[in-house]
Amino acid sequence: MSEPVIKCENVYKIFGANAQKMLQDSNGNVDAKVFQENGCIVGVNNASFEVAKGEMLVVMGLSGSGKSTLLRCISRLTDATGGKIFIEGQDLLQLNNKDLIDLRRNKMGMVFQSFALLPHKTVVENIAFPLQIKGIKTEDSINKAMDMVKLVGLEGRENYFPRELSGGQQQRVGIARSLAVEPDIWFLDEPFSALDPLIRKEMQDEFLRLQDKLQKTIMFITHDFDEALKLADRIAIMKDGIIEQLDTPANIVLNPATEYVRKFTEEVPREKVLLIKDVMDTSKDNLGDLKVSQNEIIENVAEKILTQEKIVAVVDNNNEIIGSINPTKIINTVFGGRKNNN
Amino acid sequence: MEYLKKYPKTFQWLFLLIVFFALCFAIDVPETYKFIRGQAEFVKDPNQSSYVFLGKEVRYYAFDVFWRLPPLLGWLPIWINDSLFFLMNEWMPIEVWNEDTQEFKSRPIVLQISRNLTAFMTFLIELIREILLGGLETIVAFTSWDWIDKNPWAELPGLPWTIVAAGAALLSYKLSGKGLALFAGLTMVYISMFGQWKPSMQTLSFILVAAPLSFIFGLGLGIAAFKSKRVEKALYPILLVMQTMPQYAVLVPALVLFGVGDHAAVIITMVVAIPPMILLTLLGLRAVPPEVIEAGRMSGCNNFQLMFKVLIPTARRDILIGVNQVIMVCFSMAVISAFIGAKGLGFNLLLALNQLNIGLALEAGLCISLIAILLDKMSLAWANKQTDYFGNLTFYQRNKNLLFFGVIFVVGIILAYIGTFLFKDTFNYLFEIPHNKGISTADFWNKGVDWIFETFFVYIKAFNTWLIQDVLQPMRALYLRMPAIATIVLVVGAGYLIGGLRSALVVCALTLFIAFSPWWDRALVTAYMATFGVVVSCIIGFTVGTLCFQNKHSANFMLGVCDIFQTFPSFVYLIPVMMLFGITDTSVLIAVIVYATIPATRYTIEGLRSVPAGLHDAATMSGVNKFQRLTKIEFPLAFPHMMLGINQTIVFALFMVIIGAFIGTEDLGQYILKALSDKKGAGIGLTLGICVAFIALIFDNLIRAYVQKRKKHLGID
Repeated sequence: MSEPVIKCENVYKIFGANAQKMLQDSNGNVDAKVFQENGCIVGVNNASFEVAKGEMLVVMGLSGSGKSTLLRCISRLTDATGGKIFIEGQDLLQLNNKDLIDLRRNKMGMVFQSFALLPHKTVVENIAFPLQIKGIKTEDSINKAMDMVKLVGLEGRENYFPRELSGGQQQRVGIARSLAVEPDIWFLDEPFSALDPLIRKEMQDEFLRLQDKLQKTIMFITHDFDEALKLADRIAIMKDGIIEQLDTPANIVLNPATEYVRKFTEEVPREKVLLIKDVMDTSKDNLGDLKVSQNEIIENVAEKILTQEKIVAVVDNNNEIIGSINPTKIINTVFGGRKNNN
Repeated sequence: MEYLKKYPKTFQWLFLLIVFFALCFAIDVPETYKFIRGQAEFVKDPNQSSYVFLGKEVRYYAFDVFWRLPPLLGWLPIWINDSLFFLMNEWMPIEVWNEDTQEFKSRPIVLQISRNLTAFMTFLIELIREILLGGLETIVAFTSWDWIDKNPWAELPGLPWTIVAAGAALLSYKLSGKGLALFAGLTMVYISMFGQWKPSMQTLSFILVAAPLSFIFGLGLGIAAFKSKRVEKALYPILLVMQTMPQYAVLVPALVLFGVGDHAAVIITMVVAIPPMILLTLLGLRAVPPEVIEAGRMSGCNNFQLMFKVLIPTARRDILIGVNQVIMVCFSMAVISAFIGAKGLGFNLLLALNQLNIGLALEAGLCISLIAILLDKMSLAWANKQTDYFGNLTFYQRNKNLLFFGVIFVVGIILAYIGTFLFKDTFNYLFEIPHNKGISTADFWNKGVDWIFETFFVYIKAFNTWLIQDVLQPMRALYLRMPAIATIVLVVGAGYLIGGLRSALVVCALTLFIAFSPWWDRALVTAYMATFGVVVSCIIGFTVGTLCFQNKHSANFMLGVCDIFQTFPSFVYLIPVMMLFGITDTSVLIAVIVYATIPATRYTIEGLRSVPAGLHDAATMSGVNKFQRLTKIEFPLAFPHMMLGINQTIVFALFMVIIGAFIGTEDLGQYILKALSDKKGAGIGLTLGICVAFIALIFDNLIRAYVQKRKKHLGID
């Protein structure tokens, strides 16, 4: 496997006057309570993880869990108090200001919860802004921005001001702006949290379509567990600055690591989250005629499988049988699993 | 006892008032006490006491300490004066090359700096003035008188008024559209037709130098304060005092430092105009959402780009209010600085007021106000201007305004040239309509004033007499009757009850400064006039504001009216009241009331508007009627914001009271006016200014403390 695009090693972010010293004294054993008594607030507590190229890591947590702080450490909007962060092998915390600006101008894009559009600029000017900051000629930057306008489906509104757009449209502008410089790494800080549920769903689908096309390396922050399950390759669940569990959506649903994570998974409709491959058996005996793809969501094929008498074969992308699934297994997963966990 | 527990604050206030009145009754007026008219403090009198401090002798009439505190700070103005004199004439002499005498001359460094600064300002003003009106100084500055003699063609006559007027209209059209263009054109034509062209252009040149410089410095310092806490902490107290210091008071030290003339006026205008600009810049930058800053950073902005492409444009709204303030102050100062020799409309206005030629004053005042509104609107339009990237315009379309101006330029010159033939024996009206040769409606106004005065003389006189004899005189007597110690107890006690110990200490220090200055009596008179003005203004402002708020259109209309009235230079307000009431305290007070009603009305409307719509609906659903909603919901919630309006009202009222000295009052302002013509006036002027500023700051402190507490209590921020 190639080098991870984002790599964090024991990252800490602690707010407070003598945070640095307290962290050194604690030898890596940071207890939020002790720190708080001394006037320090722990934002991120010992975060270590990697994000591979083209992967989407969703960081999920409730407000105050430190997820946004973690993102700001990785984009270096704030400096981490301790630990190491590597972006494509470069030590982020060692970069000087000029290199940091270069990195942001060429490699990073970020979308914000409150859209953070510049109120005095039109849609197209907002999108062209990072390009103009880079020093690209006005005409070229506007042309490029127009491509982005088309990409996010805002044609005809390029001369509108942010205040004249709806929330969903504003966030489309935010997304287009973050993509204008064609960054490799894409940060999204609760991009859809401020939107209405219907618009949110629409934007999520749109986002998946874009990602399918662009294949960026993504860190996506959300407080919505369903959103995390829907979008993520892997999910990191945070609480009080600590990453409680970092795993694929299926594993998190099937094997929650802590009580805290389990509470989230309880209400999740599994048939909508899990894929066939997550629940299939490896045995290939007594197969019936029906074949289902391993990448199908259970919900989509459940009816087909449940009407079978025999065990259903599971195939991979090349239509070769790699395992099997018993109809009872489906029933157990969807309805029974929860009791076992209780 | 039960009541005591239930309303502890009420009893504390009652207790304070009882102590206050007890002190008032316990301490008798000393028999020797009389309100000193004129500058008796500086006249030698065998009855005076005196002391020597820092080598300065201070003379004063001594009273019982409880009645009036001795002027322990009496040495301060003298000392400031001497220090200034020392700085200007003796401190750190340096060698300076003198062009005229071709030799080195020794000059104190401060004097040299001030001379260089004034030379620079003079150059800027002259440059613009000569473009508009013609002249030689600028060209001479780059060449020499000899060169001019050899090349008489270089003696440019300035632009004909037709070109300037059309140019202004064209610029307005480009910036905003037909409406503003029409307004600009009409304004310029009016100015020219009424023969105010020359003074108007003089004022304009003064403002075109002062306003941009104030803007740049204010913005720069605002940014510096935003970036560094230390700069902010150093600037803040200065800003507070400067914002509440009457503009008059700053004139006097400026006179000493920079001499007499337009250049001194520009510098002094900058001193007055920069503080609000700094404050509003800081306020605006602070209010930029952190995510927008982060978005800028993530777009790869360096610090410079972040400031000028993200922060400042996003903070534009507040910064624009700052620009508006700068323009307002500039026009206000354009009139006031006529006292230190600035040319232009202000000088004409003062002259006309002095001669009681109300008609002429009205015309000059109208010109100033029109230009002020025009510049204000133009700067606003400029800041809101957008670029069109998709027009795909031809060369002609892109540059049509410039081309158009070229055409206007040529046509204007041709017209002016034709004018030389048309008006052979008189003035060339197509070039410039000279002062007092245009149309004048002065006679009409003067006759109108006379008519009003004659017709309504009885009523005006009766009103005047009633107001002065039955309201103002008793009120004034009451204020002067307060023993110093009682006043201090009242103010400090109020500070403690409202804002706690900290507030009490601040207020105490401010009050003591005034009490130890030689002008406590005058400060009381100032306070009485301001109090009267503020009370009446607030009653009118709250009533008008509340009534206008009932309807969306009338509210917007009223805010617009406030905007326009605020743009008028403060001096202009004296014109109509002098028309009606002549030279009396009534005139001053009515000007004060009119001027101070503006913020009272504005803040009332804005405060009522800030009440959340949800609460409005909730109240309606609980079945309140309109009146109940107003008294139970809207007033309590809008009150903190309205209190800030009172704050502004006090500052406005104090400014006007001080300016009222021009008509003739017996307060601090009169002394400031006197200091202007006093050779040793700088220290006196400055100290008096600080006294006035402190009066405002005492109320400012109390009101702010109250508002903060109240807002916390109501859970709004």
